[in-house]
Amino acid sequence: MRYMILLKGTQPAEPPPPGLMEAIMKLGDEANAAGALLDTAGLAPSVAGARVQLSGGHLSVVDGPFAEAKEFISYALYEVRSRQEAVEWASRFLRLHQELWPGWDGDADVLKVFGPEDFAPPA
Amino acid sequence: MTVSGQGSAAGGPEAAPGNAARRAVEAVWRIESGRLIAGLARITGDVGLAEELAQDALVAALEQWPLTGTPPNPAGWLMTTAKNRGIDTFRRRAVHQEKLTMLSCRTPDGHDPIAALVDDNTLDDHIGDDLLRLIFTAAHPALTMDSRVALTLRCLGGLSTDEIARAFLVPESTAAQRIVRAKRTLAGHSVGFELPGPEQMADRLATVLQVVFLIFNEGYSATTGEDWMRPALAEEALRLGRLLAVLVPDEPEVHGLLALMEIQASRSAARVSPDGLPVLLPDQDRRLWDRLLIRRGLESLRRAEALPAPIGPYTLQAAIAACHARAATVQDTDWARIAALYEVLGGLWPSPVVQLNRAVAVGKSAGPAAGLAIVDGLIAAEELPQYPQLPAVRGDLLAGLERWQEAQAEFERAAALTRNAQEQAIFLSRAAELSSRHAPWGPAP
Repeated sequence: MRYMILLKGTQPAEPPPPGLMEAIMKLGDEANAAGALLDTAGLAPSVAGARVQLSGGHLSVVDGPFAEAKEFISYALYEVRSRQEAVEWASRFLRLHQELWPGWDGDADVLKVFGPEDFAPPA
Repeated sequence: MTVSGQGSAAGGPEAAPGNAARRAVEAVWRIESGRLIAGLARITGDVGLAEELAQDALVAALEQWPLTGTPPNPAGWLMTTAKNRGIDTFRRRAVHQEKLTMLSCRTPDGHDPIAALVDDNTLDDHIGDDLLRLIFTAAHPALTMDSRVALTLRCLGGLSTDEIARAFLVPESTAAQRIVRAKRTLAGHSVGFELPGPEQMADRLATVLQVVFLIFNEGYSATTGEDWMRPALAEEALRLGRLLAVLVPDEPEVHGLLALMEIQASRSAARVSPDGLPVLLPDQDRRLWDRLLIRRGLESLRRAEALPAPIGPYTLQAAIAACHARAATVQDTDWARIAALYEVLGGLWPSPVVQLNRAVAVGKSAGPAAGLAIVDGLIAAEELPQYPQLPAVRGDLLAGLERWQEAQAEFERAAALTRNAQEQAIFLSRAAELSSRHAPWGPAP
């Protein structure tokens, strides 16, 4: 089963410590070797993006940045055997931030991607 | 251990705190068991013992973590616990052997397993090599194929005996016996925890790839409504293939096999109709193909083809699968390339089934008469006499030549040969459709 992990966080003024990027690469290698990480990429700040909205029957396009306190930072698509396994990978990812980037706050939303296991087999 | 059934509906039994903790342990186990067993096998020199120590650590975690919470470094906790169990085991053995005066229990070659267990803090430095040794040992040629598969899933996939049994539709006692027998055989043959030497490497790697592909096909051939552990085998095989691609990056067939599995798995959602019937490749809704797995498969194929070593059968099959994956519609399929790839494959792997597949591709690219010539060659050589696909392919080619009556007879022959009821229904409906073509009262073509 697949899970999409969306990382959101505050954007501190200073760049992430170099040790963090190294640790993230190492964790990514491990998840890749475990056959669990299918796809991942970083996301540019929302100032580089836009939001297409449909509200009250009215379609509009708003350029970034968005007003939210937390910005999307990255996504990762995992193929795992249980929700807990996806949670474990997300926890390892945030633990690196906890250890190496004091003061950083963020969330990793673990979202299930619908798959064949979500649809009952025919009777 | 047991992983509970599919889905995890909120408010279900998983919502109980004890179950949540148990599932957290299982998640860590799934990620870490291979590395744990591999590291322990290097230290103890014994895969069977390493697997038992790791299981002991799992049991301890299942007992303790629900009470104490998950430790900050779960992998390290499992390793330390397993090593302590190992030290206890060796001490007990030493006592049992009445070697009380000895402070250690050195083996004849001077290896002291207790000291190794106490001193070894170098897990991460060796882990890639250890995992590879574990893969080669679990797929050792001294073992039966059933035992290789069971031991590989047990040691590398972290599957329980119960899960292996359900996946292969055998009683749990049978699966347990395969693992026990595998460990006994390894011990009996004094199979060390080593990589094969350069002169054996090609054969041993072929054995490993065969085990992985067998696991994949077992999962891929599972039908709707079967225990969910069966299709899960395809994912287990993909995981093993992805691990091998990292551990053995210079072997084209490792990437070729991975490419083949990724591309085949990309069709999973399209190959069964909503009412559970198989859908053949030309009839599949290609919008249901998994683009991500196709992309990964094509990338693995590119890596296989970029390596200097000669291309092997898995890479060729992946290249054929890639021709289908690249075609947006059946009509866009590059049949000439597929026919050429089957010709190369037939040279490496003389098999009448490969020739039959080549006949299909030649029929599509060079016309049905050319395809028919290949099939008739197989018949003249008395190949595949009981194989239902042979008359089915011949029937299709004859229909292409508008030889309706002969085509109908071939599909009737195919229907009589197959043991698969769904396939039989397809063949009979083709035969009925062809009969209306040549019957005097039938509709004009």
